[in-house]
Amino acid sequence: MRYGMAIDTKKCVGCSDCVVACQTENNVPVGYCRDWIVENTAGTYPKLELEIRSERCNHCDNSPCVRCCPTGASHIIDGGIVVVTHVDCIGCGACIQSCPYDARYSHPEGYVDKCTFCHHRVENGQNPACVSVCPTHCMYFGDLDDPNSEISKMVSTRKWKVLAPEAGTKPQIFYLV
Amino acid sequence: MKTTRREFIKISSLGAGSLALATPSLSWLGGNEEPMDDTQAKRYANYCEVCFWNCAGWAYTNKEGKLWKIIGNDVDQHSMGRFCPRGTGGIGAYYDSDRLKTPLIRVEVDGKQTYKEATWDEALDLVAKRLMEVKRKHGASSVALFNHGNSGKHMSHLLRAFGTTNMGSPANAQCKTPREIAFGATFGHELHSPEPLDIRDTRCLVLIGSHLGENMHNGQVQEMSEAIDKGATIITVDPRFSTAASKSKFWLPIKPATDIALLLAWMNVLINNEWYNKKYVEKYTYGFDQLKAYVQPFTPEWAFGETGIEPQNIIATAREMANAAPAVIVHPGRHTAWYGDDTQRLRAVAILNALLGSWGARGGFYHPAQAKVPKFQTPEYPAVEWGWKVLSEGKYRMANAGITNVLVDASHPEWKNEKKIKAWMVIGSNLMATIPNPAYTLEAIQNLDFMVVVDTMPADITGYADVVLPECTYLERYDDLRVSEHRQPNIALRVPAAEPMYESKPAWWMAKELSKRMGLGAFFPWNDYAEVLDFQLKKLGTSLEEFKNVGVMNLERPYEDLYFAEDEEAEFETNTGKIELYSTAFEEEGYPPLPVYTKHAQPPEGYYRLIYGRAPMHTFSRTNNNPLLTDLMDENDLWVNPKVANEWGLKNGQYLWLQNHHGVISDFPIKVRVTERIRWDSVYMVHGFGSTNKKLTRAFGRGISDTQMISEIMLDSETGSTGMRGNFVTFITEDPRKEVVS
Ligand code: SF4
Repeated sequence: MRYGMAIDTKKCVGCSDCVVACQTENNVPVGYCRDWIVENTAGTYPKLELEIRSERCNHCDNSPCVRCCPTGASHIIDGGIVVVTHVDCIGCGACIQSCPYDARYSHPEGYVDKCTFCHHRVENGQNPACVSVCPTHCMYFGDLDDPNSEISKMVSTRKWKVLAPEAGTKPQIFYLV
Repeated sequence: MKTTRREFIKISSLGAGSLALATPSLSWLGGNEEPMDDTQAKRYANYCEVCFWNCAGWAYTNKEGKLWKIIGNDVDQHSMGRFCPRGTGGIGAYYDSDRLKTPLIRVEVDGKQTYKEATWDEALDLVAKRLMEVKRKHGASSVALFNHGNSGKHMSHLLRAFGTTNMGSPANAQCKTPREIAFGATFGHELHSPEPLDIRDTRCLVLIGSHLGENMHNGQVQEMSEAIDKGATIITVDPRFSTAASKSKFWLPIKPATDIALLLAWMNVLINNEWYNKKYVEKYTYGFDQLKAYVQPFTPEWAFGETGIEPQNIIATAREMANAAPAVIVHPGRHTAWYGDDTQRLRAVAILNALLGSWGARGGFYHPAQAKVPKFQTPEYPAVEWGWKVLSEGKYRMANAGITNVLVDASHPEWKNEKKIKAWMVIGSNLMATIPNPAYTLEAIQNLDFMVVVDTMPADITGYADVVLPECTYLERYDDLRVSEHRQPNIALRVPAAEPMYESKPAWWMAKELSKRMGLGAFFPWNDYAEVLDFQLKKLGTSLEEFKNVGVMNLERPYEDLYFAEDEEAEFETNTGKIELYSTAFEEEGYPPLPVYTKHAQPPEGYYRLIYGRAPMHTFSRTNNNPLLTDLMDENDLWVNPKVANEWGLKNGQYLWLQNHHGVISDFPIKVRVTERIRWDSVYMVHGFGSTNKKLTRAFGRGISDTQMISEIMLDSETGSTGMRGNFVTFITEDPRKEVVS
């Protein structure tokens, strides 16, 4: 079992619904977020291209944040989901520094927080909040080890890229391009 | 009676009750509570009121019984189980600590006007008394209602009973009226909401005057995405490289104000190449020969001169549409009040769809169906002395609903007609941010005997009211059943998921309480609005209790007529019974029966056309203080082409003020966004920002209100709608109010 996500940049309109849905689902404080939107424009008027994507923790296979955590608060659970156990976190911030995706933030209550792939929902057979709310249905979540899962099919039939491949983190979020 | 001038009152300057909670709490529910399993959570049926799309869903409460989140109802045709960001963030409207909390009455203390916090009895007594006074002196017709949304319906019921039909909504004359009238004249059927567009099965979607994806009309955005998956072609006409343009096979970067030229050229190409749907045109339409003769001069080469779009691209896109026909949609847009020839432009859009045969075709426009819901019996409304049509003085003869801006005119000191508007009730409709030229609107307000404003938030308009009535949000109240037109007839329910916060109350309660004080109690023969819903639902074979568990019901269509059957005979509700390419109704009223292209002014040297639009996370000024949504976007920015930025030495991120070609200077500065995505002759901003009400701690002074910069109003001659795209602005880089402020 290896959870991953594929996000179709051809459909994403950057509406930020994933961001709000995550905030309400997970009670993320105002002013902070676990996922966010990036827009890149290229070219000059009128020959232009625009890529929009929803970003979050990449739940890397080779996760620098887990390696550098002094207390073991950052660790990997079933399905390869990278999580932070809040009560074990001393808020040192080493993981924030180590993450090439800037996916972690310091919660005002003193611990580090980030995307959990909504494992509390995934355990119930539900999709993460961002995936289940997306009005463009541009996100696919599932088991990359299962060749018949929707995400496996997406990743095997579509062109994709990952972010910062040079960091060697083996990210598990695939951007369909 | 001469009323004293209404000073704008900042509600923040009031008593202790309003001072608490000036900043939002850090998190919704406090602490770092782990999210709960929502299959175990309590949930309440509702339909969203953050925009007119009215998506049905569920409001969930957490372990403590506090509102937690809102999720779409899977069986709902509007939301398909998914809310847009504004709907998802709707929870922020409930938790917004800047909400109106108690009734307020304008009083004078030591020569200075202020609001006094009042009890409901005091406030309602006063409203009833003042409205009755106006009725005695000037007649009931001199009271106008400006309304929006579902709560507005309760007040329009009250005021119809009171004896006035002078009612208008900015959603019409500032928005969709030209479209409704144009489609009504062509097909005998207006589009309404949600529009009956079969986007999910279309093979070609033409966006002209629509920026879907930035405008989050939920079902349409979802279906556009489905169409992309199925390989549909998207053609986007926009002077700005919109999000939709970036998803399009063809983006036509049109010179602003020339859309009709392009539409006529497309007709020319379709007709002269015989690419139009001949069978359909012959069977269903009237006036093809006149149209054919009429469009001859409008060649692609001619249109190139007007629009800047290469002839080969005009031809290629026409070919693309024809190939996809009839599964093609030339999108009717929604905010269509642009240049004063808007009904003409939308007629051209409608005609183009008729030539392609898309009306009544799969992948084009489907025939919507609506559920029949029994009415709760109330007495007949009294006859009115005079209605809104009188105020148009023979103009705007195609208009079919009260025209907001004409109601404003009829309240203004310069209004000469002896029929005048003397009092306003405003509900859910922030007129200063919706009707252009707010300075003029304010002069009208100053001339009124009385104004009462009902809202959940202290909006710009609220500060000028004599009485402010705080309404609870849609999450805290019952309202009418949602009975929408859709592929399947359906109904949806709204029930409160929480008690109204503070002293706020639902509009149905206010209307009923006012009716008692105005001798109109017979029109409200129930104690609680839940009784009305229960009555209606029982007639439909269920009950309120039972329906709370489902929230939405989809019914069978009475006939299998979503699309025209092969060779179906059809009669349209027009004079000729045909789809009118040539409009006999327009001809009768003395308007052009075939769409006329008018050349509009282009910006003078050093000025840029002000274009405005939407961001996906906001609904105009209505959401501009919502803590969840301001977290995503808390000010608008000004899109400026790099060439222009260079000329002016503007840097990305710098703030500047705008001045329009009439000399109107913006109240606030706006942040510059230098981007290739906008033409060099235009600037762009998102509508709904630059609020003037200090009580809105997250919205006050953030960005510029495009509405403030719109003082050139190009009235649509058919409908009186206010064309707003003819305003040109220039930049002021130093604070123009510095002297005054310091
Ligand atoms: S489209 Fe969005 S804001 Fe409008 S009703 Fe639906 S969820 Fe609410």
